[in-house]
Amino acid sequence: MNLNTSILKYIEDVKSGTFTVEEFTAATLQRIKDVDGDVHAYLSLNDSAINDAKIIDKKISSGEKIGRGYGFPISIKDNICITGTKTTCASKILENFIAPYTSTVVNRLQNEDVVITGKTNLDEFAMGLTTEFSAFGPTKNPWNLKYVPGGSSGGSAASVAANECLASLGSDTGGSVRNPASFCSVVGLKPTYGLISRYGLISYANSIEQIGPMTKTVKDSAFLLNIIAGQDANDDTTINNNNVNYLENIEDGIEDKRIGIIKEMTIDGLSSEVATATKDAIKDFESLGASCDEVTLPTIPYTVAAYYTITSTEAGSNLARYDNIRYGYELESEGYEYNSYISKSRTKFGPEVTRRIILGGFVPSAGYAGKYFLKALKVKSKLTSEVNKAFENFDYLIAPTTPVQPFRFGEKIDDPVTLMLLDYNTVTANLTGKPAISVPYRVVNGLPIGMQIMGNSLEEKSLLQSAYALESKTNLPAVPL
Amino acid sequence: MTKIGLEIHCQLTKLESKLFCSCKANYREFEPNHNICPICIGLPGSLPRLNRKAVESATSIAMALSCETPEKIAFFRKNYFYPDSPKNFQITQLNVYGNMSVGGEGYVNVEDKKIKIRRIQLEEDPGRIIYEGASERTKITLVDYNRAGTPLVEIVTDPDFESPRQVRVFLNILSDLLENLGVAEPGLEGAMRADGNVSIEGGNKVEIKNIGSFHDLEKALHFEITRQQSLFERDIEIAQETRHWDDRRKITVSSRSKEEDQDYRYFLENDIPWVKIDQSTRDALKENMPESISSKKERYVEKFDIAPQVAGIIASDRYYSKLFENAYSEHNAKDIANLLTTDVIGFIDTKEKQQNSKITSKHLSDLIDAINSKTITRNSAKIALQEIMKSGNDMKDILQEMDLGQVSDSSEIDTLISQIFKDEKQAVIDAKERPETINFLVGKVMQKTKGKADPVKTLELIKSKLNQ
Repeated sequence: MNLNTSILKYIEDVKSGTFTVEEFTAATLQRIKDVDGDVHAYLSLNDSAINDAKIIDKKISSGEKIGRGYGFPISIKDNICITGTKTTCASKILENFIAPYTSTVVNRLQNEDVVITGKTNLDEFAMGLTTEFSAFGPTKNPWNLKYVPGGSSGGSAASVAANECLASLGSDTGGSVRNPASFCSVVGLKPTYGLISRYGLISYANSIEQIGPMTKTVKDSAFLLNIIAGQDANDDTTINNNNVNYLENIEDGIEDKRIGIIKEMTIDGLSSEVATATKDAIKDFESLGASCDEVTLPTIPYTVAAYYTITSTEAGSNLARYDNIRYGYELESEGYEYNSYISKSRTKFGPEVTRRIILGGFVPSAGYAGKYFLKALKVKSKLTSEVNKAFENFDYLIAPTTPVQPFRFGEKIDDPVTLMLLDYNTVTANLTGKPAISVPYRVVNGLPIGMQIMGNSLEEKSLLQSAYALESKTNLPAVPL
Repeated sequence: MTKIGLEIHCQLTKLESKLFCSCKANYREFEPNHNICPICIGLPGSLPRLNRKAVESATSIAMALSCETPEKIAFFRKNYFYPDSPKNFQITQLNVYGNMSVGGEGYVNVEDKKIKIRRIQLEEDPGRIIYEGASERTKITLVDYNRAGTPLVEIVTDPDFESPRQVRVFLNILSDLLENLGVAEPGLEGAMRADGNVSIEGGNKVEIKNIGSFHDLEKALHFEITRQQSLFERDIEIAQETRHWDDRRKITVSSRSKEEDQDYRYFLENDIPWVKIDQSTRDALKENMPESISSKKERYVEKFDIAPQVAGIIASDRYYSKLFENAYSEHNAKDIANLLTTDVIGFIDTKEKQQNSKITSKHLSDLIDAINSKTITRNSAKIALQEIMKSGNDMKDILQEMDLGQVSDSSEIDTLISQIFKDEKQAVIDAKERPETINFLVGKVMQKTKGKADPVKTLELIKSKLNQ
């Protein structure tokens, strides 16, 4: 059975009886068995996946009302809650946390009859760019197991790329969907802030993060967005999208559209492979009838610093609840008073999380907030007005998703600042709340390169049209695993 | 000059649900940790869902305290670690960049003094720690999160009070006002709490925390003023600090300096978007706001010629004023007011008794009608009142059942008087010689009729018999 297929093709095949949901699910589980020992995309598997598939098959054969999903297999990043399943955030501190409720996104998926394959690996609490910071060991890049898959949604990206499912949900705080999508050659969308409910997503930096679909094709991304987007009573920050159908007219093309090439993201720091790919992508856009011009956003050089200041502040607060009092792990309290007990219990956090909590205690503190946190907020608002202004002249803003291709394990993990710069091209979408998508564009030396397109707020439909247009210009090899 | 400022916390217990989830705002009837959900115990992945009604209640309070109320408000995170705080931050409000809390810059008139309200903010109450040894059942320290997330309004005054007595008057006015608004029940245990700060001429400001009741607050303020004065007299500097009220020893004790220096790292709570409270919402709130206590009082005095003190007592209590409002008519308002303040209040003097009492406004008007038409005496009315409160039965039934109808039939009273004249010969002679002793004979008649005889008629009849 060919597992390297899109959701839409899969649905056609199930409808026409080419295979049953159970058959496809069984093949997917077999694939996981075969390759995940190497890839380590999953942290836990859904034991009842086959059973779930059988129920959906029964619905189909009996002519009962069936959801839009027709049982396609999807994996979920392990910072998104599903009732009765472990949700670990790849952290020792939540190693045994079993969520007592289901996130809105998973609820919406389940209402449309999907089969959840399992929960995927991530950098601890979604802080990282390589999944090397997972407390349960890194995920490998299916294109080359010696290379990192990107992060923090590295498990999600790898599970899709390695055909261990047809799609995945990741979360994107500073590029955590788009970066691994680029590294693993899958489509990764970070929607407008508020388009998708965060209810059930374990917060890292709640003012800028969003859940996003990771898929094999742009159309699948639109298909998933149709299911999970829209206002939710459980998340006050969600916005009404008027039930836009993102799949409709997706092939309309980008003729006469105006594309801005972000100067600050395309001049310095790009590897020669990525620079060449970017130039070619621009040519492709032009051949599709769009006009491309350079645009400068002078605040960009300050965005990574602002991003880490804001996210650390919020992380310090969001992760304060892990004090081992209401839930957590076995730790004898005898001999401790409150403060020493929580200090002791919190030593279970890994190095990157600890680093950011410490930073998050400092940058917004009395006497330093003006110098760091408030300044970071200023960068955020200045950047937002610059980007808004750019969208007066352009329909899309483009840049390569990451300045470099995937690298080997251990190469950058000890150099936090270099690692942080990997976010350079992605954090702008988070700080401004704009939607951005990473489209697989090229494979050079056996390693993927992705192109990022950013759109204006709530313009996902148009954004997906441009992504589909670019995708149609590519012809990529299959994953060699 | 002594300066006292207050920080009052009042739960909005009249709301159906907590500030950010659908658990009950009235947590008191639950077993420990049975009024909780993923949101109010801050489980990973949960998000606050703002209760708009709480914003409206808090805005009403701000308006009733003559505050400025902004067009839109924001929430902040106050970050600190404490076992009763499920998220280890509290969602509250802050007015750092202008007015962002539900209200600010209001005032309350206390006697002749204007007490300025600095700000009013809406926030969540934390859980409760039950310390080891607090009761026989608590062998170890436990946390109960039933209260966590209860909507709480913080009211901060300027240091405008000059004496603990003024503070007490203010707190009475404030708690009546909050109850009258229908948003809170200040009488409930722990529903309204106050901390104070004190400074004397030439000294630093000292904050006092951990005060259990208004009664203790007054004591703590007295203690603190005396302590500061004695330091001042001995030329010892009064340190700027936070002190805790030690309930057992009835003194204030210096807190560890660590707590004072706590840096709360406030920043915007981005899970709750800015809340717009537009003009039409505010107009509607104002329109639906119950009449204020002072305007009620004024109305009672002017319209019905009720004594100001009586009017004040009725107007400031929601329960009495409700009884009164539904009972009075043009001609009996004054009587009903008097009946309320002389008799009813004596019987129903606590919130608990108010809750259990079965008396209705109809009972009151029936009673006054009966007294005025001489169907019963005032004395019998008092007995009937007690029964009404207990049973809630119709007044006519009660009069019959308890045989309380007034005796105004002359022949019946006359027969009784003849009997008494026989039994009390000496008293009759006394009464003839000294008319002021006649009351003894009237009393005898009342005794025999259990107070049901019409006293005016009885006196008349005795007088005419004495002259025979």
